[in-house]
Amino acid sequence: MEELANLFHGFAVALQPYNMMLMVVGIMLGVIIGVLPGLGGANGVAILLPLTFSMPPTSAIIMLSCIYWGALFGGAITSILFNIPGEPWSVATTFDGYPMAQQGKPGEALTAAFTSSFVGALFAVAMITLVAPLVASFALRFGPAEKFAVYFLAFCSFVGLSKEPPFKTIAAMMIGFALAAVGLDSITGQLRLTFGITELLNGFDFLIAVIGLFGIGEILLTMEEGLSFRGGNAKINLRVVLQTWKELPSYWVTSLRSCLIGCWMGVTPAGATPASFMSYGIAKRLARNGKNFGKGEIEGVIAPETAAHAAGTSALLPMLSLGVPGSPTAAVLLGGLLIWGLQPGPMLFVEQKEFVWGLIASMYLGNLAGLLVVLTCVPIFAAILRVPFSIIAPLILVLCAIGAYSVHNSTFDVMLMLVFGVLGYLLKKCNYPLAPLVLAIVLGDKAEEAFRQSLLGSQGSLSVFFSNGLVSTIMVLGLVALFWSAIQEGYSRLRTAVA
Amino acid sequence: MTARRSDAAGPAHKAVETGVALLIAAFGIIVIIGSLKAGINWGAEGPRAGFFPFYIGVSIVAASAINLWSALRETDDRLFAEWGQLRQVMSVVVPTAIYVGSMPFVGLYVASIIFIGWFMRWLGGYRWLPTIAVALGMPIITYLVFERWFLVPLPKGPIEEWLGL
Repeated sequence: MEELANLFHGFAVALQPYNMMLMVVGIMLGVIIGVLPGLGGANGVAILLPLTFSMPPTSAIIMLSCIYWGALFGGAITSILFNIPGEPWSVATTFDGYPMAQQGKPGEALTAAFTSSFVGALFAVAMITLVAPLVASFALRFGPAEKFAVYFLAFCSFVGLSKEPPFKTIAAMMIGFALAAVGLDSITGQLRLTFGITELLNGFDFLIAVIGLFGIGEILLTMEEGLSFRGGNAKINLRVVLQTWKELPSYWVTSLRSCLIGCWMGVTPAGATPASFMSYGIAKRLARNGKNFGKGEIEGVIAPETAAHAAGTSALLPMLSLGVPGSPTAAVLLGGLLIWGLQPGPMLFVEQKEFVWGLIASMYLGNLAGLLVVLTCVPIFAAILRVPFSIIAPLILVLCAIGAYSVHNSTFDVMLMLVFGVLGYLLKKCNYPLAPLVLAIVLGDKAEEAFRQSLLGSQGSLSVFFSNGLVSTIMVLGLVALFWSAIQEGYSRLRTAVA
Repeated sequence: MTARRSDAAGPAHKAVETGVALLIAAFGIIVIIGSLKAGINWGAEGPRAGFFPFYIGVSIVAASAINLWSALRETDDRLFAEWGQLRQVMSVVVPTAIYVGSMPFVGLYVASIIFIGWFMRWLGGYRWLPTIAVALGMPIITYLVFERWFLVPLPKGPIEEWLGL
């Protein structure tokens, strides 16, 4: 009951006119970011983060999280109308969304996508409302060993669940950890890995890495493909919307399944992209007209969009309650918390009630606002895409540079951003996943601190990570996740051997 | 994403993949050296500063060794990209590098005007009027939004100083 009261208080915070205005601004910016190639949720939020330094934290997080929702909505527009996924998680939406648009049903496809996104997000927010306080109060009892075990689980899930080769995931992740270690060691106060370069004293800021890897890297990839936008017109009128809404409830099984897949994949840090693919794949296998998937089935739009939005939203659950972000964008938001002087993790629910519940309430309102904005403004957003890339690209590059500079007011960071950009291009082309790299930079120091504190307590014995039921369970789950693909393969071999 | 081999030429995917694995391994070795310098054993206050990064460095080298091995075993002859595509990529990287490198000296605004102008005029083939409009408009909007509205200072050079901004 206390949660309900807190939630209502949160609504009161989110409904203040200033916060409402930021919400709408955030959604608008987010959709634009989602529509533009090279600007995604993670680096869009990273670039705009410096703008919020002077705002109260609650207003800041409301605006930034709304940018995130907007980006999640925006990705669908380009997928359906132009067959170009604006975001990686909307790739699966192109499979059936674009054929629908080609068959003269862009309105239906867009309405289905937006509504499914909304449903997925709503489901995830409701889950966060109910589960996050419980997880947080549970996590308050965590010692350093348990904390490290949670990080261990998070990173192992990356290795087990990502579709990239496991050793590439490990390599990318460890690069992140190494970058995080550069600079002042937080425990001994000693400098390390700086090799006498003064610019490295403060280490690598992950915001710079995010802007470079995701922003510049993406632009370079787009340049290579030399893409030009060709696509149908977007027309949505009320009749189409209402007609599609009448149709949607009959796919409730797919929706519910996609919500669950999304929430699961979002909480374990697999993220929105695999969630959307998995949900699409399962829907294709189970649907009555599964063989029509890929030719413009509305169900093939509902499944990935619901899952992507549910995953994107539920990625905030571990960020809020444990301080472990479930996606790169959630990681940037977590970085924001640190900058505004808040300590992410379970204590937030005790010390910063207004912040937490204001954010959760704004997630309900922000997604509702997002749905209304995208349904009414699709033609405007689609028009942005007709601006040629040779105008958009330099503007985005300048924005990235401004974002990178204003994190620490340092031009060295801007150069670093470009280095990360080229690196991001190479890594992406060679199938190294970037999300674990970024998450490792964010969490590296905290994971190391927990690891060393646990070892201190046990005089260097690794048995501390299996010293009680709780920590052993989390560690074992982590090991299972780490070897998940090997386990799956072994199981299927066993089955064929038996059969 | 990576092009199938066609008539066009370009670097082989295998070669780039090998190069990236070696690059990452080299990075891992640097991390190991740095950790050894910081001390990887136990001191009075527990594990010393290099303790954790040392094992990170070892994992990087180990993972890259496996990646290198699987890259060398690769038998398909895909292209990493065609030369023409790489030229496109370099046509962004090089000017961006100049843009970024000149920023400490001429400030962000002047550098941005030249950068946007160059990009639109030479890569986009736009006429002077729209080029100048966008190249001047964007920094002006940036100035108003960042410096005036949100009070975020951006790097300025001699020209801004002369204008008294």
